[in-house]
Amino acid sequence: MAKKKDFYQLEKNIIRLKEKIEIFAADETDDAKKKINQIKEKIALEWERIVPILTPLQTVQIARHPQRPYTLDYLEALTEDFMEIHGDRRSADDPAIVAGLGFYRGRSVAFIGHQKGRTTRQRIARNFGQPNPEGYRKALRVMKMAEKFGIPIVTLIDTPGAYPGIWAEEHGQAEAIAYNLREISKLKVPVVNIVIGEGGSGGALAVGVGDAILMLENSFYSVISPEGCAAILWKDQKAVPQAAENLKFLAQDLLELGIIDKIIPEPPGGAHIDYNLTFKNVDKYLNVTLKRLEKMDAEERREQRYQKFRKIGVFTEK
Amino acid sequence: MTNMWTRCNRCRRILYKQDILDNLYVCPECSFHFRISAKKRLFMLFDDGKYELFDEAIFPEDPLNFKDSKTYSNRLKENQNKTSLPDAVLNAIGTMDGISIVVSAMEFSFMGGSMGSVVGEKITRAFEKALSEKVPVIVVSSSGGARMQEGVLSLMQLMKTSAAVARLDEEGIPYISVIVDPTTGGVTASYAMLGDINIAEPDALIGFAGPRVIEQTIKEKLPKGFQRSEFLLSHGMLDDVVDRGYLRSYLIRALRLFLNRHQ
Ligand SMILES: [Zn+2]
Repeated sequence: MAKKKDFYQLEKNIIRLKEKIEIFAADETDDAKKKINQIKEKIALEWERIVPILTPLQTVQIARHPQRPYTLDYLEALTEDFMEIHGDRRSADDPAIVAGLGFYRGRSVAFIGHQKGRTTRQRIARNFGQPNPEGYRKALRVMKMAEKFGIPIVTLIDTPGAYPGIWAEEHGQAEAIAYNLREISKLKVPVVNIVIGEGGSGGALAVGVGDAILMLENSFYSVISPEGCAAILWKDQKAVPQAAENLKFLAQDLLELGIIDKIIPEPPGGAHIDYNLTFKNVDKYLNVTLKRLEKMDAEERREQRYQKFRKIGVFTEK
Repeated sequence: MTNMWTRCNRCRRILYKQDILDNLYVCPECSFHFRISAKKRLFMLFDDGKYELFDEAIFPEDPLNFKDSKTYSNRLKENQNKTSLPDAVLNAIGTMDGISIVVSAMEFSFMGGSMGSVVGEKITRAFEKALSEKVPVIVVSSSGGARMQEGVLSLMQLMKTSAAVARLDEEGIPYISVIVDPTTGGVTASYAMLGDINIAEPDALIGFAGPRVIEQTIKEKLPKGFQRSEFLLSHGMLDDVVDRGYLRSYLIRALRLFLNRHQ
């Protein structure tokens, strides 16, 4: 199989065109405006060509794009008076998960999301968005707080996965994830999950289940990263593209498998191309989903949540 | 070596097979616990080794058409032929010291005991059976984690099984998790860590991330005994470490205490 180009290489041409727009923009003549419009059309055509032929691995690269909006960007765009809450009240605060309360469209909502860093320093401080047990425990603490006050919960999923470290094992990473799953199934308030980037295995799942799972168009949600899968099953990093194809972890795959509820469209080329349009789309889908869930009776909603996961699985019974 | 003899994995002593067999597959010299099949496990736990299997005819599919060096369908067939089982878990009902009980036992030799749709479904049904019959349930876990070949369907089995455990909590049904060598990944991150008590056999590898992945990430050698049963006990993740020879009597005592049933 011929090696496909990275998404970043595909995008280069478009970035160059965008730089041209900026040059012309300084010049306020009609001629310059005309040129800008021409370039914009060219960009649109280029995306029209690229988007339909993206490979699963190229979509993964969009999901991991260093300019992609992160949890804190969404919180800034969608909430007012966001109040971050820290610590698991047991041993530490995990900066890879942000949790707190904020007003969303006039009502209190608990938000929980993985946070990757933007700069090198932030990335290290956020542990590249890979949670430790304290992160899931903090998340659950905020969920229980939401339960106490009867306010809905929204989670934003964007993690390469749970952090594979000594501390994490000593502090019960597995137990922390398992405990969250069990407790989330009991919650009486609505829980909406939005996969905004990487949905990396257990580290994503621990805050990635609820009444409705929405996925951004270029996000993925997987049992293992394509790199991890290639290492284990193919024992060869050259097989990463094949692993990405086999795992069927893109939004469209998950919709077809009946695991997620809705796909949130992204601007052509990915969420990083146009933050405002992305936030607008997320807002639209989140609003509709929350309204639908809030109308339901709490017990009915809990039963439906149980059945949502109860029926996932493909097998034959003879 | 004739097939009457075998070598212990740990102390390397040559042992008479019948001696190991008589000792519940534990080395009489160094007490190394050999891995045993799900069937042997059920035989050891139930009264007189008698039990009734249920949900036997649930078979895996290949929903993603997964193919690495071989197709998932072929891999399934190979493992079914090797183990004579449809997938990596057996569900059984019977009695332990007269107490009616559901026991699920995982089969590590079937694709590393990995959890796909069938394992998730059968574990969930074992919990639901315990709920409907109002009897306690034991799961003996041994698994490399979620089954990659079923992708996110496998991942979602973690939620499905954990939500079923929540229902046991609400109905006051005892659930005991017995973790044996090795249990890592998705099974530890769901039902294996959610028992009213979680116990393990000695020296079993138990963890979320595999030791090799951790070593590659932190670029350090892991300390001796890391992610072993005794390590987990000392870090508060297990209620006890129990030798196989005492496992049945331990479980019976725990069940009597949970059910408030004095002899
Ligand atoms: Zn020995």
